[in-house]
This record gives sequence, structure tokens and C-alpha cells, in this order.
Amino acid sequence: MREPFTAGLIAILLCGWPGTVLAAGSEVLHEEQSLYHTIMIVAEPSRVCMKFSVRDGSRNQSCINPRHPKRMVFGYTRMMMAALLLAPEPRAVLVAGLGGGTLPTALAELVPDIRIDVVEIDQAVVDAAREYFDFQETERMRVHIRDARVFAKRALQQGRQYDLILLDAYSGDYIPEHLMTAEFLDEVRRLLPPGGVVAANTFATSRLYGYESATYRSVFGEFFNFKLRSSNNRVILATNGPLPTEAELRTNARAWRKALAPYDVPIASYPGRLSTKLDWDLSKRPLTDQYSPANLLQTGR
Amino acid sequence: MKQTPRSPGSLRRLFHERLRFLLINALAFCGGFSIMSLELLGGRILAPWFGSSIYVWGSIITVFMLSLSVGYLLGGWLSLHSPSLAKFGCIFLIAAAILVPVVYLAEPVMTWVFGKVEDPRYGSLAASLVLFVAPTVVLGVISPYSVRLLVRHKEESGKVAGTLYFVSTLGSALGTLATSFYFVLWFEMDTIVGALAGTLLALGVLGVACRRLDRHA
Repeated sequence: MREPFTAGLIAILLCGWPGTVLAAGSEVLHEEQSLYHTIMIVAEPSRVCMKFSVRDGSRNQSCINPRHPKRMVFGYTRMMMAALLLAPEPRAVLVAGLGGGTLPTALAELVPDIRIDVVEIDQAVVDAAREYFDFQETERMRVHIRDARVFAKRALQQGRQYDLILLDAYSGDYIPEHLMTAEFLDEVRRLLPPGGVVAANTFATSRLYGYESATYRSVFGEFFNFKLRSSNNRVILATNGPLPTEAELRTNARAWRKALAPYDVPIASYPGRLSTKLDWDLSKRPLTDQYSPANLLQTGR
Repeated sequence: MKQTPRSPGSLRRLFHERLRFLLINALAFCGGFSIMSLELLGGRILAPWFGSSIYVWGSIITVFMLSLSVGYLLGGWLSLHSPSLAKFGCIFLIAAAILVPVVYLAEPVMTWVFGKVEDPRYGSLAASLVLFVAPTVVLGVISPYSVRLLVRHKEESGKVAGTLYFVSTLGSALGTLATSFYFVLWFEMDTIVGALAGTLLALGVLGVACRRLDRHA
């Protein structure tokens, strides 16, 4: 991991490449206008980050600490690992949205015989993840350049199943509205065997909170809401079938505690934070393919 | 300058002429409105099967442009055969009738195409062709036909055509804005398509009902 980082630094020093200076000590290693985003790779003093469209400030998608590449820099990435509390031994995993590849890379390291399908719409993101985040495609880790909805429909048609599905395809600036609907979540649910788990990274502070909650509720019934004071993210953990008991969560947390320590994931503290409370405005309707103006709803009328 | 006195008959004639002008323009406006409203909804209709990437919009815009071009040809040809306000109204009735099946056919058509075509580029193109060609061709007929109804002398043909392009394209602009800013926020998609069909139906009936205005053309 250190190599591309150092190589980038050397390139800057040697060529005096005038990258946009974002903050003291930060340098742009790579900037690219893809079909979907402006992708920037920025080297900060203690980390390298992937950012999308930075007009209105930093929108970090993924960061890595080159000195400790395993450490998860972001709260939400750590929170997504709570999925292991519900699916302690995932065999087949689908990850929607690659970013720097932090989550699939960690899962591949943690579970030896795991098979991971990553679906990412933007080839440029995959290239940047390979180059700067040491993301590696292998037999067991396959990347599909495709819209997640299209991929899910095709996977259903082919009768594929995943015991864990991670949804992380929402980049913040613009929400893909067809990935917010009850119909999409139902397709996700049908990709899960009974007891299969979905973990979705969403925003805790957005105006969409109630709509998103209502949509998950309409498809999965009761689900776990996972929020931490330190993060603006809310991770939704749902299962195709009944949720595990708190005792089961604690057993799985104990089993994973040591393995997750190098990743900075304090999984032992997570079970107590998972809540099934209906903490949203219950008057909000679920989003559907017929009605999904997520971007309009988020900016307010 | 001496003003020519006008008989009540010629006044009424003038009034009917104005009314006919306004009616045809209003219909052309709504035609333009419907085309773009439908086009925007098309993107949302296709998204669950083919995504919402640039090629999905490419498919939709291609199909709409292609259909409109055919509609213009067809409208020009139809305008040669004793054009009338009644027939103009019928075009709207047909457009309304053809729009309704879009709501019911969308899902089976896209499921079928999705099963046959692996590549979402060609999938979205094929689905757009099946779903949107018919209504858009019919809506394309409106423009040239309305020009024919309003042109009386060849000297004014450019001006009449210009005014009608102005009105129908203004309708398209408003259809785009209203649909993408507000309709999708207020209503379900099928409701919007249904309302478009209902409006076209009402306008068609209005055109047919006012067919006697043609006497003053």
C-alpha cells in the first residue's frame, strides 16, 4: 500500500506538479472526470482519500492510512462491519458500490473461502481503487461494471443467492433514485436465502430518513438501526426472516472481536447499539418505483 | 382615416377566427407539453430494468427524435387530405388511446426485453422502441397538421409555422420543467401518464366539438 502513495509523493516532488492544494499538506494525486463523478485522489498528511465532486467541500468516499492500511478510517465503514454480527460466516457476498474497496478487501482478508461480487457503475472508480487503495480482483473477488439494480435483476434471473449484501452505492451528492425503492429492496431480499443479511449505509441526518426507514420496514419488517454519536451515518441491518436475538449478537461479537481489532472495529460495543425502535416520522410513505423523488425530497420542497 | 363599419356578422366571423386560432395553438402547446413530459417519465420507467445511466437517456432521446421525425412526415401527408379541426381533434383522441397501454405494458414489455437482451444499452433501446414509438409518432403529427390548419396564404406560412413552433416548443419546455420539478414529487408515475392521456382526450373532444369553427377558416 505504501508504494503508490510514495510514488505519488515522489512524482509531486520531482515534477513540481501543481495539483490543487485542498488543505495544508494535501496534494491531489489524481483527478479524473468520469461518466458519473469527478474523482479525486488526495494525499493528506496521514491518509490517502478518494473524493467525488469536491465543489462544495470534501466528499470523502474512502480513505486509507498508508502506514496502517487495515485500519478503517471512517466510522461508517466500521459500522458496516456490524453485518458480521448477523451473518457471522458469510460465504457469498454482494457489495454494491466500491469506493476504495475498503469493505470487500477487509472481508476477503477476514474470511478465507469467501466469494465476493462487487457491482460498481464506474470503471474509473475501480481503476482508482486498484491504483491507490491496493484493491485486488481475484478469482474470489469479482468486479462487475454495472448498475446495481440491473445487476440484481440479472442475478435473480440466474438464480444466484448471497448470504450477505452490502449496499453502499449512495455517494451523498446525488442519490440514484431507482436504488431507493421498495421494489429494489425486494429484489435484494429475494437474492438472500432465509436468514440472509443486508447492511445499508444511509444518512442519519437527511430528510430522507423517514422515507428510507419506511421503505426498509415495508420490505423487511423489523430491522436494526445502527447509529453512533460520532457519525452522521446510519447503518440499516435487516434480514430475510426474523432478526437474531441479542444473545446471538453478543456471541458473534465475541467471535469476531480479535480478528477485527487490526481494523479498528470495536465490534464488542456494537450489539448494545442496535435498536429496533421506530424512531422516524411514521407518516412518511415508502419510496416505490412509482414514487421515488429522493433527490427532490432531500433538498426539500 | 375613415373606419370601415363592421356588420355584426363580420364581427362574429372575426371572433370565431380568433377563437379557432387560439384553440389550435392551445392544442399544439399541450401536444408539445405531453411529448416532453412523457420523455422524462420514460427515463424513470426504464430505470428499474436498465439503470439511469447516460445510455438509457440516449436510447430514450433517440427513440423520441426518431418517432417525432416519422410523425412530422405523417402529419404533413395527412394535412393534404381535406384537413379539418375535427380530424385534428381525432389525432389527440388517438394519442390519448395509445398512451394508456404504456402504463399497463411497461412492466411485461421490460421484463420480456430484459430476458432477451443482456446489454442494458440495447435493452433500453429495444424497450423504448416498443413502449414509446406509437404515442410519440402520433404526437409528432400535431405540429405540421396545425400549420396546415392555420395557413391561409403562402406569404404568411412562415409566420404561422414560426408561431406554432414557438407555442409547441414552449409547451415542451414547460412539460419538462413541470414534470421533473413537481409532478414526480406530487404524484405517482402512472397517475401522471394517466393525466396526460386524460388531457389529450379532453382536448381531442374539444377539437371535435368546435369543428364548426372551420367554416370561418
